[in-house]
Amino acid sequence: MGVDRVADQQDTEGAQEARAGHPLNSGSAAPVSVVACPDGPLLVRGDFTLLGADGEELPRTRRTVALCRCGASVLKPYCDGSHKLIGFRSEP
Amino acid sequence: MKQPSPRGELSALLLSVIAGSVASAQDALPRLDALTGESISRTPDILHDDDLQLALFCLYELHYSGVDGAGDDWEWDPDLLRIRHRIEAAFEQRVRDETVVPALPEPTSEAVCAELFRLTGEDGGPSMSRFVAKSATDDQLREFLVHKSVNQLREADPHTFAIPRLSGRSKAAMVEIQADEYGNGLPARMHSALYARTMRELGMDDAYGGYLDAVPAITLAVNNLMSLFGLHRRLRGAIVGHLAAYEMTSSQPNRLYSRGFKRHGYGPDVTEYFDEHVEADAVHEQIAGRDMAGGLVESDPRLLEDVLFGAAAGLAIDTLMTVHIMESWEAGRSSLRASDVAA
Ligand code: FES
Ligand SMILES: [Fe+2]
Ligand SMILES: [Fe+2]
Repeated sequence: MGVDRVADQQDTEGAQEARAGHPLNSGSAAPVSVVACPDGPLLVRGDFTLLGADGEELPRTRRTVALCRCGASVLKPYCDGSHKLIGFRSEP
Repeated sequence: MKQPSPRGELSALLLSVIAGSVASAQDALPRLDALTGESISRTPDILHDDDLQLALFCLYELHYSGVDGAGDDWEWDPDLLRIRHRIEAAFEQRVRDETVVPALPEPTSEAVCAELFRLTGEDGGPSMSRFVAKSATDDQLREFLVHKSVNQLREADPHTFAIPRLSGRSKAAMVEIQADEYGNGLPARMHSALYARTMRELGMDDAYGGYLDAVPAITLAVNNLMSLFGLHRRLRGAIVGHLAAYEMTSSQPNRLYSRGFKRHGYGPDVTEYFDEHVEADAVHEQIAGRDMAGGLVESDPRLLEDVLFGAAAGLAIDTLMTVHIMESWEAGRSSLRASDVAA
């Protein structure tokens, strides 16, 4: 049981790396779309890489992400729903 | 799921019936049907009726993981389905009485999304998440995990039943959300697996349904509502609204739950389930409101009211469970049926 679990974790890390490097094995890449959610985040879908200012990839565990544009998230660059608490408005 | 303990005449007879074969139970089925009618007509409130809610939960469970010892052919047995339908009809009526459906917005994606965010942003009674963050004792954290475990150890399954009933934009959106709930192909990342790990880290039983005997009727009702919505195509609008409301009331509460466990010195292996939901559900709520619920209404405007009903009903029944838990804790009692079950 204990051994199984260690093996599981190694598989998981390997699979995660493989996915990050090669989002799709074949076919054309999905076009990237950004939805500006009213009073909320920017929802980014498709095949893209998210980089820090140093050019390194930012930690990312899902394909579609919500990027904070209200400034209040504690998970930046990702949205954590804080925009609702501060009453963020995307329209003036 | 292991066989739960009966909570009255009806659930006792039901559990003994499904433990046998369909052929051997033919004599007991009319009695089960009559008992169902009696239980429904004399219950003061089906939402808090342990016997009826457990019977309904077990009948639904035949469509999920099954009940240990129950034959697989009970799932589509017409007599059992008729009995389930009687309980469901009374349950659905009671839920409708409890639910206030808001004024209907325009049947456009943006208007539906905005209305769902407005509805879920309203103050829905006591806040369990703030209490968990600031004041819950270690025992109360464990109780909290027990209540949630009924759904979280099979997280996403009730809503997944709706996928074949959707099409186009709303279907793609639900699949996008559910894929994330199921770990995007990585079993260890499944939300149900993260929840199981949290329970194991606290030395608790992580088997699905392991604490079913401990939870009160209202916790079963919260779960039965999802199965009711998920298993009826007629209620596809409601299950979509339910999921949208669920996602929209998750990010911030999960941040507070995580804080409560950290306050007691628990590490990342315990809090990851909650931390993951802060980020995941900030994504899911946008997809759920705009593409899944909004997309469904744009493709079939007749479902607008059902979508809002599903959202409002989920919030209303959830609030009843929260009220039960918070009132128990304020009175210095356990919110579970037997105070030592979670230990
Ligand atoms: S946009 Fe959601 S937290 Fe900033
Ligand atoms: Fe989840
Ligand atoms: Fe989610």
